[in-house]
Amino acid sequence: MKPKNPVSVYGWGSYVPPYRLTVAEISRVWGRDPVQYEEELNVKEKAVAGPDEDSATMAVEAGRNALSRAGVNPKDIGALYVGTESPPYAVKPTATTVAEALGVGPFSLAADLEFACKAGTEGLQATIALVSSGMIKYGMAIGSDTAQGGPGDHLEYTAASGATAIIVGPGSKDAAATLEGSVSFVSDTPDFWRRYAARYPSHGEGFTGEPAYFKHVEGATRALMEELGLKPSDFDYVVFHQPNGRYPLTAARDLGISPSALKVGLLSPMIGNTYAAASITGFSAVLDVAKPGQRVLVTSFGSGAGSDSFSFVIEDGIEARRDKARKVMDYVSKRVEIDYALYLKFRGGIRLGGGAK
Amino acid sequence: MTVPRYWRNIGAHYRLEGIRCKSCGEVSFPPRSSCPKCHSKDVEVVQLPRKGKVVSFSLLRSPPNGFEAYVPYYVVVVELENGVRVLGTLTDVFGEVKEGMEVEAVFRKISEDGEEGLIHYGTKFRPIA
Ligand SMILES: [Zn+2]
Repeated sequence: MKPKNPVSVYGWGSYVPPYRLTVAEISRVWGRDPVQYEEELNVKEKAVAGPDEDSATMAVEAGRNALSRAGVNPKDIGALYVGTESPPYAVKPTATTVAEALGVGPFSLAADLEFACKAGTEGLQATIALVSSGMIKYGMAIGSDTAQGGPGDHLEYTAASGATAIIVGPGSKDAAATLEGSVSFVSDTPDFWRRYAARYPSHGEGFTGEPAYFKHVEGATRALMEELGLKPSDFDYVVFHQPNGRYPLTAARDLGISPSALKVGLLSPMIGNTYAAASITGFSAVLDVAKPGQRVLVTSFGSGAGSDSFSFVIEDGIEARRDKARKVMDYVSKRVEIDYALYLKFRGGIRLGGGAK
Repeated sequence: MTVPRYWRNIGAHYRLEGIRCKSCGEVSFPPRSSCPKCHSKDVEVVQLPRKGKVVSFSLLRSPPNGFEAYVPYYVVVVELENGVRVLGTLTDVFGEVKEGMEVEAVFRKISEDGEEGLIHYGTKFRPIA
C-alpha cells in the first residue's frame, strides 16, 4: 500500500517502566531450570509496570515524549489511537483518557484498537491513511500494554509492560522519517486467545511459530520488498515483532537479512515482549540513533493473526528532534529488580481484603 | 471521590493546570473560580511547569482506604519552577528523599473505587535521576 500523498513521522516516544523481573526468578518460583529458559527464549528479564501504572498511564508518558519531538500543538492531533490488549476498563475507551491527559481534543478521533501484539501498528496504518487523505493534519498511534501470562505458563517469562507513540503528518524533509509503503497481511489463525471470562490467555500448543509468527511476519515483509522493489540489503535497520529474543533472528535468517540489522531494535532480551508496543518500541530505538538517508523496515505481528510491514527513509529533520525527549535506552538502562512476590503485588495477583474494619 | 467531582477536576489532575489572575497576575493551584490573593473572578486556566523541587515531605505508612497498594509513599509539597506550590505524592522512589530534590510530574493511577467503580488518574511526582 502506498499513501496518495506522502506521510512522514514527526514525533516518536517510548516508555518502559523501571521494574525488572528476571527469567531466573520466575524459574525459581516454578521449579524450572533458569539457564534453559533464558537460553531458549534469549530473554534475561522483563519490564513490569509499577502498582500505579496501567496501559493508559504508560501511553501518556510515551505520548508526551512523542509530542516533545514532534513540536506540534496537541490540539492539532486529529486522531489518536491506542492499541492495547490490556485496557484498564472493559468498557470505556483508553484513548479518551490518554487524549485528555495530553491535551488532545475535543475535536479529534479517538479509539482503542485490539489485535493482540499488532494493535499498535494498526493505529499507525489508520493514522497514515487519515493524514494522506487530508482529513487530518497530524495523527498519533500508540501501542501500550501491561501484558500478563498465566502463572507458570511459558508466556509469563516474557509478557512485559511498555508503550510507544508515533506522530505522523504530511510528508516533509524536516520530519524524522518518510513512509515508502506498507503491507498488511492477515488470516484466521488460532495461535493465542483469551475469552471474556478468562483472566489469562490460552495458546494453541505448537501453533505459535511456523503457522503464526513466521508465516505472517515473513509473508508481509516479502510482499513489501516486492512491492517497493527492495532487497534485504537495502535496509540499514530491521525491526520485527519480538515475542522473545529468538523469533526475530530466525525470521531474519529465513529472509536473508543480516542479524546486525536487527541489533538496535531488538529489545526483548532486555525487557521482554511489550505486546502492542514491541515492534514500534524497536522502531523508536532505531529513530533514536538512525542517520538521514538510512532505510528502516518494521514488521509487527499479532496473534489471531496478522502482520503490518512498513518501510521508512530517515529525513534530515531527525537530528533536531532526537534530543527533545528521553530515549528508549534511557528507560531500558534504568532498572530496579523486583522479586516474584512484589511482582504479584504490583500486578494485582494478590487478593486484598480482611483486616480491621 | 464522587464521579462529578472527579470529572470537574480533570484539567488540574491530569494536566497540572492552574489559574492565572488577570487582575493581579497571581498564578495558583488548584484552579478556583476566583483569585486567592485579590479575589478577582477574572481568571484564566494555565499550564503549570512540570518540573520542580521538594520543599517538604513526610512518609506515610497508614494510608486511607484505596491507597494500600502504594504504601509506603511520600506526601510532598513541591515548588514548581514558577514558584507555585503543589501538594502531591511521590512515585518510583529508589533513593533517599531530601528537601530540594528535583522532581517531574507524571500521569499515574491515584486510587480505584473498588473493583467496579472508576479508576482515578492524576499527577504524581517522580524524582529526576
Ligand atoms: Zn488576583
